[in-house]
Amino acid sequence: MIPNKELQLPRSWWTPVACIVVGCAFLFGAMIGPAGPVWWRVPGELLDHLPWISVHSGASNLESTVLWQIRMPRVVLAGIVGAMLSLAGASFQGVFRNPLVDPYLLGVAGGAGLGATVVIVTGRAASSSWPIDPLPLAAFVGGLLAVLVTYTVGSAFGSSKTSSATLVLAGVAVTSLATALQTFMLQRNTDVVRQVYSWILGRLSTATWGDVRLVLPYVIISSGVLLWHRRLLDVLRVGDDEAQSLGARVTRIRLTVVIAATLGTAAVVSVSGLIGFVGIVVPHVVRLLAGSSYRRILPLTVLFGAAFLIIADIPGRILSDPAETPIGVVTAFLGAPFFIVVLRSRQGTSR
Amino acid sequence: MSSLSFIDVSVSYGRSVAVTSFNDTVHPGEWLCLIGPNGAGKSSLLRSAAGLVTYSGSVLVDGSPLNLRSARRRAALVAHVPQSPAMPDDMTAFEYVLLGRNPYVGYFGQETKQDRMMVQRVIERLDLQPFATRPLGTLSGGERQRLVIARALAQEAPIMLLDEPTAALDIGHQQQALELVDSLRREHGFTVVSAMHDLTLAGLYSDRLALLHQGHCVASGPAQEVLKAETLSEFYGVSVSVHHEEDGTVVVVPRRTVPLA
Repeated sequence: MIPNKELQLPRSWWTPVACIVVGCAFLFGAMIGPAGPVWWRVPGELLDHLPWISVHSGASNLESTVLWQIRMPRVVLAGIVGAMLSLAGASFQGVFRNPLVDPYLLGVAGGAGLGATVVIVTGRAASSSWPIDPLPLAAFVGGLLAVLVTYTVGSAFGSSKTSSATLVLAGVAVTSLATALQTFMLQRNTDVVRQVYSWILGRLSTATWGDVRLVLPYVIISSGVLLWHRRLLDVLRVGDDEAQSLGARVTRIRLTVVIAATLGTAAVVSVSGLIGFVGIVVPHVVRLLAGSSYRRILPLTVLFGAAFLIIADIPGRILSDPAETPIGVVTAFLGAPFFIVVLRSRQGTSR
Repeated sequence: MSSLSFIDVSVSYGRSVAVTSFNDTVHPGEWLCLIGPNGAGKSSLLRSAAGLVTYSGSVLVDGSPLNLRSARRRAALVAHVPQSPAMPDDMTAFEYVLLGRNPYVGYFGQETKQDRMMVQRVIERLDLQPFATRPLGTLSGGERQRLVIARALAQEAPIMLLDEPTAALDIGHQQQALELVDSLRREHGFTVVSAMHDLTLAGLYSDRLALLHQGHCVASGPAQEVLKAETLSEFYGVSVSVHHEEDGTVVVVPRRTVPLA
C-alpha cells in the first residue's frame, strides 16, 4: 500500500490536526443531545468548569446536571473506548503482521459476550445485592479467559515458527466455541435475548463517571505499554526471523503486546459492549493518511480513534429519539462504507 | 575484526538432518563461501550462526560461544542477510536501514540522533540517497539488495552472513553487489560467510570455498582445489568443464549431456 500523494500532509502536521479533530469531536459530542442545555450554552458551561475562569453560561441547574452527569461521561467514555479499541487493533495488526485483524481476533469478544450472557441469563445482573455490577466483571473475566485459552492452545500446538498463524486459528476456534455456548444459552432463555443483544451491539448510553473510573487504570496501563512498543512493532514488520536476527526477542514482544492489548480491550468491552469496526477502520485510515510506520500510527490511532467513536456516538442519540440506536450499529454503518472506500483507494495506489 | 568458528555444528529439523557436525574457522577478514546443491545445508549453517535455528555443537565468535550472548549482543556481532528478505512495500528505505540499529537501542528506547546520522552515512556510502524517502515497493531488485546490505552495514557487526546475495539479480547487479560486499569487507575488515549457487562468482570473490553435500562438508579450500570437474559431477550430478584463466580465476561452464547435433 502506497499512500496517495494528494493525501499527504507533511507528516509532522498530523499530530496537531488529530488533536484539533479530537477537540472538535469532543465539543460536538458535548453540544448535541435530546435533553440538556441548548448547544450554544455548552462551550460557556465547559469553560466555567476550568480553573480560574468564570463564565456565566445561562444554563439552568438541571441543564448543567444533564451536561455534567449524563452527556460528559458519555463523551469521555466514548473517547476512551474508541482510543483503546483503535490502539489495540493497530497493535494486533502489527504483531500479527496482518492488516485485517482487529482487537477481537484472539477471542476477547466471544469470551466477554459469553460472560455477559451467563450473568444476564442467570439473572444476576438485576440483583443489587452485589457490591459491584457483575455484568462488566463477567465480561472482563470472560474476555481474558478466552484469550488465555487461545494463547495456551495456540502455543501448545504451534512451533515457534508458525506460532502467530496457529494463534490466530486458535482464536477463531475459541471465538466460535464461545459464540456457540452463548447461542445455546440464549436459545434456552429467549426472554433475555433483547437484553443480551443490546449489550452485544454496544452501549454508551448508560455511561457514568463510575464507568470511566473503572476502565481508566486498565486503559492507561495498556496504552502505555502498547505505545512503548511502537518502535519494536516496526522491527517486527520484516518478519519473525529477520526481527530476531536484528536482536529483537519476537516471542516476548508478541506476548507482551497481546497481554496489554487484551487487558485494555477486555476492560473497555466490559463497560461498552462489543463495538465493532473501530479497531480495524481507524488504524487503516491513519495508515493511509500518515504512512505505515507504527511510530506514527500508534499515537495517531489513539487520537483519531477517540474522535471517531465520539462522533459515531452522536447520531445514536438523535436518530431514534427517545430510544437509542446502538453504537455498534452506527460504527458498522459508518465504518463499512468507509472501509470499502479505504480498500478501493488502497487498491488504486498499490503496485 | 572477528573470527567465526563452527565446532561440531549439527542442525536438524525434527527428524531430517540438515547439517552434520560441521567444523570450520573463518579467520578475521576472511570470506568463506559455502557451495553445494539445494538442500545441502548452506542456509541452515548460516541460520545457526545467526541464532535462528537451534543447533548442537557450538558457534564461537572470537572464541566465545554465541548462544550465551543476549539476542541484541549477538545481533551486534553477526549480521544476517536472508535469501529473500521481507521488505514491506510501504516502508521507506531510510526506515528499513534504520532497523539495523535495533541491537543498539534499548527495549523501550528510541534511536538516537547518532543512530540516524550513522544510517545517513551508510545510505550515502552506498549511493542510496535518491531512494532514502521512497517506499520499498517502488524500488528495483538491485536497489533492494543494496538496501539489505545497507541494513546489515548499519548493524555494525564484524561478521556478515549472506544467504544467496545475488539470487534475484542480473549479471551486472550480481557483480555490483559482490564488489560492494568485497569493498566493504576491505574497508571495515568484515568477516564474510556467504552461500552461493554461481560457482564462478563464488570462486572469484571468496578466499575459500566449503562444499556441502547432504549436510556434510566434503571439500574445503581455495577455488582451484575445490572446483574440479570430477568433484562437481560427484556432488552436484552435473557435467561441467572447468577452465583456469591466467589470473587464477576458475570458470565453471555447464556442458550439454546430450551432444549438440
